[in-house]
Amino acid sequence: MTDKTDLTVEPGAGTPTSRAARPSTEPIPEVKLTGARWWREVGWRHLVGLVAVLFALFPVVYIISAAFNPLGTVVATGLIPTAFSLENFDKLLTDPGRPYLRWLGNTLLVALVVTVVQVFCSALAAYAFSRFRFWGRRGGLLTLLLIQLFPQFLAAIAIFSMFTTIGEVIPRLGLNTLAAYTLVLFGGALGQVWLIKGFFDSVPKDLDEAAVMDGAGHATVFFKIILPLVRPILAVTGLLAFVGAFNEFLLASIFLRGERVKTVAVGLYGLIDQDRSNNLGVFAAGALITAIPVVVLFQYLQRFIAGGITAGAVKG
Amino acid sequence: MATTTPTRPAAQGPDPHPTPVRRAGTTTALIAKVLGLGLVLGLAIAISPTLIGQSRWGFLAIVWAIAVLALATYAGRRALPAKYILPGTLLLLLFVIYPVVMTAKASTTNFGDGTRQSKEETIAQIVASSVVQSPDAPRYTMTVATEGSVTEGPFTLFLVSQQDQSLYKGTVDGLEPIAAGDVTVTNNAVTAAPGYTILTPQQVNAANATIKDLAVPTETGAIRPLGIRQAFEGTTTLRYDEATDTITDTRDGTQYTPVTSGDREFFTSADGRRVSDQSWLANVGLDNYQRALTDSTIRQDFIRIFIWTVLFATLSVGTTFLVGLLLATTLNDSRMKGQRLYRSLLLLPYAMPGFISLLVWSGFFNKDFGLINSLTGLDIGWFTSTFWARTAVVLTNLWMGFPYMFIVCTGALQAIPSDLKEAAAIDGASGFTQFRKITFPLLLVTVAPLLVASFAFNFNNFNAIALLTEGAPFAPDNPEAGGTDILISYTIRLAFGAGGAQLGFASAISVLLFVLTGVIAAIQFRATRTLEDVN
Repeated sequence: MTDKTDLTVEPGAGTPTSRAARPSTEPIPEVKLTGARWWREVGWRHLVGLVAVLFALFPVVYIISAAFNPLGTVVATGLIPTAFSLENFDKLLTDPGRPYLRWLGNTLLVALVVTVVQVFCSALAAYAFSRFRFWGRRGGLLTLLLIQLFPQFLAAIAIFSMFTTIGEVIPRLGLNTLAAYTLVLFGGALGQVWLIKGFFDSVPKDLDEAAVMDGAGHATVFFKIILPLVRPILAVTGLLAFVGAFNEFLLASIFLRGERVKTVAVGLYGLIDQDRSNNLGVFAAGALITAIPVVVLFQYLQRFIAGGITAGAVKG
Repeated sequence: MATTTPTRPAAQGPDPHPTPVRRAGTTTALIAKVLGLGLVLGLAIAISPTLIGQSRWGFLAIVWAIAVLALATYAGRRALPAKYILPGTLLLLLFVIYPVVMTAKASTTNFGDGTRQSKEETIAQIVASSVVQSPDAPRYTMTVATEGSVTEGPFTLFLVSQQDQSLYKGTVDGLEPIAAGDVTVTNNAVTAAPGYTILTPQQVNAANATIKDLAVPTETGAIRPLGIRQAFEGTTTLRYDEATDTITDTRDGTQYTPVTSGDREFFTSADGRRVSDQSWLANVGLDNYQRALTDSTIRQDFIRIFIWTVLFATLSVGTTFLVGLLLATTLNDSRMKGQRLYRSLLLLPYAMPGFISLLVWSGFFNKDFGLINSLTGLDIGWFTSTFWARTAVVLTNLWMGFPYMFIVCTGALQAIPSDLKEAAAIDGASGFTQFRKITFPLLLVTVAPLLVASFAFNFNNFNAIALLTEGAPFAPDNPEAGGTDILISYTIRLAFGAGGAQLGFASAISVLLFVLTGVIAAIQFRATRTLEDVN
């Protein structure tokens, strides 16, 4: 890793994240342990690890097994797959009564738009809080921290009434539309300010000052100099925002009732709730397709996640 | 991320060509500024006629306040910080702060099913629905349309007079004439109207329960549907007198006056008959709070649910932290092979979308076919006993949450300087003493704020209950509060559940929940001492 990564990924030396982001895998030269001693000092750790992995994985194995089980019922599904067929996927994707791909598309669309808006608005505000000194700065930062602790859905009732009214004026922004739902999730636009500000603070101010000397305006400094330097943290906050929107269920279940506007969370819930025993296979197939991109994203960004969450974000 | 090299002017010294950069930046900024402001102003102008038409002055004021604020911030060269803070702040104010204020406001009303409308609207509807058809009543050819959903409305009736072919548009708010050019008329019936979806006869039939009770108030009476293609204009038998606040039935002279029943009023006659079961939105002061804290059933529910909410959040944090810490200390050993693989695999429950995990686990606890009973040979009715349902909730949350604690603890462990442990080892401390006296206290310093944050998250973890047990088990006589309900799932059921929307009361519970969350937030601030670190 170059020193650039050091500058950007880690908010500063001495914080616990600095090593977490870079797990030390280089083997320390040691005497090779054998037999009983190996077992006493290292072997049992593998046993614990193995038990933990089994516990972590069995539901995942069950989903895979159910997804490929042609019978698709709870009774016929166990941990170990007994048969292999793509029938459930076929049923999932071809039944016009449940537009699964549309649900998935809706979720991806909403989550992507929300992620872009949230990261962009948060980065903008974080820049102001990090670089400018102005009246209300400290109060604003504290207010943001406080507000983050109150989940938006505590006000679900008022949000519901609010969009009933908006819908009477602008039907395209009423309840039961993706646009309204997305707009509501924009409420979290400043959710990542603290995390991003921490990283902006770690970018030396000399960089901005040098650029200003060269004739760059504040916008140029922000877009051309600071943003590129903090890309890793933008990726982490983006992931957190994306997963938050992807997993959102409460507001979606209140807002999105029509089959074609549902998100995948509401859609899959309806599917399994309708007939818990017979829809299992189709549900599992849908769950598998839904989960894969998110899991892959997580694995890809794994090394940044430890640093990101220790710096204060909680997955929604 | 590593492929692009950021520009590093500091290392290069003065840029020999500063001017082109600057000009490019300014032009882009100017274009963005003009486009953005134009868009905001355009939207505000476009929406204003509708708002004025519907007399929504508050809405109009908010729209223009935003537009003016945007202009004031971005048009000039001053207020630099505001330029960066405004977009997010506006969204926060509109979709978080404003709803919170409105929740507090709704908590002092009887808002809910049957009380969504104002008193005036309710009276107009009661009077309009008393229409009777006289033999010579004017008839209209009716077309049902909607600007919303074809199943739920709101519905608009397009009417063509069968006497003189004049055109009208009628809603519950009243009747207005429309020009012939505004809609398409085929065979004396409206067949298309811009902005509206015309319902097919099948759709009209499907929504008939709502449509047949529609009454469009007119000067002398009201227009009501007659079948699915016709409407008639009749005279009303009820009259409302504002001065005495009385509805009088003109046929027999019965007088109905508002009588309070529970949290709402109904027009009731002297002998106790109601003219209609419709009530209206009214201010009830602090009655909802009083009800939550004094009504014996509700108070018992509330206290029981509150205790379980705290217990649930504590157990969730406790079990996940314990397991995560145990795994982190066990697997954080440089002599172990495959640490990276372990981490990747153990991350899976955290990476899985939460709603999927919860729905899958919900199936595991099925008594007859669920995986848990069949793997362990037990025969537990997980969701029929409060104790087992709560166990199921905690177990599921453990599975979903331990990887998070594992990652966090691993990170914290790796940050503890190894010389500390070595020094302790030289002083003769055993492995466990080292852990208890050195590692654990140091780890706790890092992790404590996250534990409190995790507690706050679980305190309002709606999904963990709603998608797993849906609050079950319920006592047969109490469908409102289940054994595993936490405060937020209880509130949402009160507001949107099948038992009828009690939005005002649920808002009051929301406000109480806000207060409780605030208390946790205060504790969290204290724990993290973030207040002191702000700079």
